[in-house]
Amino acid sequence: MTEALPTVWFVLIALLWAGYLFLEGFDLGVGMLMKLMARNDTQRRVLLNTVGPVWDGNEVWLVTAVGATFAAFPLWYASLLSALYLPFMLVLLGLIFRAVAFEWRGKHDSDAWRNRWDWAIALGSFTAAAGIGAALALTTTGLPLDANGDRVGGAFAWATAPAFLGAAAVVLFCLVHAAAFVALKTDGGVRRQADRLFRRLLPVAMIPFVGWALLIQADDGTVVTWSAVVLAVVAFLVSHRSAAIGRDGRAFAALGIGMLILVGSIFGAAFPVVLPSTIDTAFDLTVQNASSSPYTLGLMSIVACIGLPLVLAYQAWTYWVFRRRVSEESIPAAHAVQAL
Amino acid sequence: MEALEIARWQFGITTVYHFVMVPLTIGLGLLVAVMQTMWHRTGHEQYLRMTKFWGKLFLINFIVGVATGLVQEFQFGMAWSEYSRFVGDVFGAPLAMEALLAFFVESTFLGLWIFGWGRLPKRLHLMSLWAAVLASVFSAYFILVANSWMQHPVGVEMVEGRPVMTDAWAVFTNNTALVAFPHTLFGCLAVAGAFLLGISWYHLWKRRHDGIDAVGADGRVVVGARTGSRDAVDHAVWLRSARAGAVVAMIAFAGTGITGDLQGKLMFDQQPMKMAAAEAACHDGTGFSILSVGNLGAQSCDDITAVIEVPGVLSFLANGDFTTEVKGVNTLLPEYQEKYGTNLPDDPRYGDLAGTEIDYLPVMEVTYWGFRIMIGFGAIAAAAAAAALWVLRRGTVPESRWLMRLAVFGILAPFGANIAGWVFTEMGRQPFVVAPNPDPTGVDGVFMFTAAAVSPGVSLTELVTSLVLFTAVYAVLLVVEVKLLMTYVRGGTASAMPELAHTGDDDARSGRKDDGDVLAFAY
Ligand code: HDD
Ligand code: HEM
Ligand code: HEM
Repeated sequence: MTEALPTVWFVLIALLWAGYLFLEGFDLGVGMLMKLMARNDTQRRVLLNTVGPVWDGNEVWLVTAVGATFAAFPLWYASLLSALYLPFMLVLLGLIFRAVAFEWRGKHDSDAWRNRWDWAIALGSFTAAAGIGAALALTTTGLPLDANGDRVGGAFAWATAPAFLGAAAVVLFCLVHAAAFVALKTDGGVRRQADRLFRRLLPVAMIPFVGWALLIQADDGTVVTWSAVVLAVVAFLVSHRSAAIGRDGRAFAALGIGMLILVGSIFGAAFPVVLPSTIDTAFDLTVQNASSSPYTLGLMSIVACIGLPLVLAYQAWTYWVFRRRVSEESIPAAHAVQAL
Repeated sequence: MEALEIARWQFGITTVYHFVMVPLTIGLGLLVAVMQTMWHRTGHEQYLRMTKFWGKLFLINFIVGVATGLVQEFQFGMAWSEYSRFVGDVFGAPLAMEALLAFFVESTFLGLWIFGWGRLPKRLHLMSLWAAVLASVFSAYFILVANSWMQHPVGVEMVEGRPVMTDAWAVFTNNTALVAFPHTLFGCLAVAGAFLLGISWYHLWKRRHDGIDAVGADGRVVVGARTGSRDAVDHAVWLRSARAGAVVAMIAFAGTGITGDLQGKLMFDQQPMKMAAAEAACHDGTGFSILSVGNLGAQSCDDITAVIEVPGVLSFLANGDFTTEVKGVNTLLPEYQEKYGTNLPDDPRYGDLAGTEIDYLPVMEVTYWGFRIMIGFGAIAAAAAAAALWVLRRGTVPESRWLMRLAVFGILAPFGANIAGWVFTEMGRQPFVVAPNPDPTGVDGVFMFTAAAVSPGVSLTELVTSLVLFTAVYAVLLVVEVKLLMTYVRGGTASAMPELAHTGDDDARSGRKDDGDVLAFAY
């Protein structure tokens, strides 16, 4: 049993990342749509309010994925984060601006003020999505790491083709996923625009993501992971078809499930290596050599067994509470705070 | 400049900044939850207004805590990879648990609370706030467990040069954590109490200034009223908030004192050098220094003189009696050198510092003054709160503009105490990042020098870039946050309850507000 624990935790961390991409995927995308799709301030507020109650909870999936990596695979955590120092710095700055902008944009009634924070949301979301995409791609394709797991080759040694492929994959996925989400969560003009955007974008948007999956399969694919890629592509086709016949819910779900399967195929093929070294395969970080002790993993397993189902339950409940569609009519007038 | 120094500055700046937001989030959150509970219990309008007004300020601040907390989660790996590799087996667990068991609850239920006004059943809505607030308290526990392990490593065994967890119970009931947790919570409440008091004072003052309230012949307040948000209920909002704030601030200081005393006793056992450095004490003794002069920064003890000293108090802080000799720096230095070496090992992971002499003495200027500022600012705030409570017995505050300014600036004192407390705790631990524990309850031999903790692969340029960017961004955030808080404070309860601002003159839009679909707190 204890020999299996590192593998269990590898699966759990893959799940946390996939959960993160599924949930924060659409709210990062909604952030970018603030500047790419919305035509006026009311529309922007419709977009914001589709994710208003949930974006912070979604972001905790990232905190948990990173924290769990620290607990279960300290060497993976240390090598990945230090090797990608600048990308992670940008991700953090993006997330900081985005978070405060959500809360602050409506707190002062002026167009210039709102416009500034809208840019913060859009660019912050873009940076975060791109950085995380690059990091996830690189953890599957490899970084120039020495025997100690430290990066060689300078601050930009990570800036390789897979980094940009991963960045494009996640940014584009966030955009389509958000379009599907907005079509599902709104009514009126915004919904029509999102629906149109979704159907136009989907056929191209998933190309880099599938490309990344194929890149990994080419090296390490198994029958199972290859079939998963095929299955994911089928899901994307179903998603497109569903949107065409006006089934918003199914379109959103199929896209999301397709992404989850695709992430599964990527991590599945990469297993048991968690972070390859492009210098020497002897330096690869693997599920076995990068993990914590069985005792720590056992403890964390108990915590995860209690914690994760609870999280899923109350987050699902939140989505249910806020299940109503938002429309331009439901946005109250902006309210200016005046000194007494 | 060494990469090490930049990394330390970055950690210090980002963490201290995070801890400016944190105490207000934790302390004010608890108070707002109590306010809303009172509203449900009594149905009095004033409690609803208090909930909404203080709740709004809470949210403006909360979000900066979230934003800066994210950096914390990543920076151990980014800048301190050797540290992360060394401690990962023990240290990662509380961090992951904090995210899984506390942050999820906090963020999800706060979202429910913000957007759930009028949409969730009342009870469930209140419970959402309590869930979020208690989760933030819980998160403090987990992170303090992690931090306390660095102060006092327990529950581990060394395997191949790394500590491996063998006893989770010991880690999670580390005595250092069990006293740091209530101490920190009381520190948070001290901040929230002063915040309530200072801002309410401003509003009570403003009501007098604007000629709404007056003082009668008996010296007691004569409450006046205007329409809209400045009716008689408004007076009750500020008076109650001010009194509650003053009481909380006083209780909180007493709490920090009691728990701080316990911490002092542990520190005496676990980190004697920190204790000596807190006192700038060269020689063994029993007296607590009120003022020591000389060159504290000289990293040598010889020219420091204690000018005012209270005999016995230091012994009491350390050991509960008045006679125990507390070891001074001159006694401790040879002990540390004997146990942990006089020079850093000739190991590449120490970089340029390999083989250099180890300075076991923390920067005494910082530890000595940090300790005194922590206690002093806390005491000043508590004394001011007591005086305020006495003034408030008449139901309002004097017309003096200067007193009002003092009350508002007084909000900063407990923030200062909190920051000083952390800086003292963390810098007093130097040169270790994981402190060795001579105490038999600690696992001896588990320690790490800060010099070995930094990421070997990360360049100086990267560190400088991030230090500059984070510091600049944080500075901007601080300015915006303070400005926004001030705007909302000046707007009074109407800034959180627009319906109070509309005094009868219904405009066309307000018709929409009755629609059940309206987002009460929409972005
Ligand atoms: C005593 C309390 C305390 C201390 C010492 C720290 N924090 Fe903190 N942290 C909180 C108390 C807190 C909080 C009050 O619970 C916050 C503030 C706002 C919030 O959402 O939770 C928070 C937020 C917060 C978040 C954002 C959570 C979210 O997205 O909702 C992260 C990732 C961290 N913290 C991580 C850390 C790390 C890695 C620390 C150590 C260096 C740290 N915090 C010190
Ligand atoms: C939130 C309150 C905290 C504050 C204000 C704080 C403050 C500081 C400061 C000022 C330093 C720099 C010390 C120096 O360079 O001499 C430092 C170092 C450090 N602290 Fe804390 N700290 C806090 C909490 C924590 C917690 C909870 C942890 C761990 C969970 C932690 C881990 C560290 C580490 C790893 C360093 C390494 C860098 C160094 O020693 O210089 N700190 N902290
Ligand atoms: C009589 C009053 C106080 C005493 C005797 C006292 C004592 C202490 C001691 C001994 C420590 C260091 C623990 C260690 O490094 O092992 C500490 C830390 C700290 N103090 Fe105080 N303190 C007092 C008042 C305050 C006040 C008023 C505040 C804030 C409002 C405060 C906030 C802190 C914080 C945030 C820390 C760092 C975190 C921790 O280790 O818990 N303290 N205090």
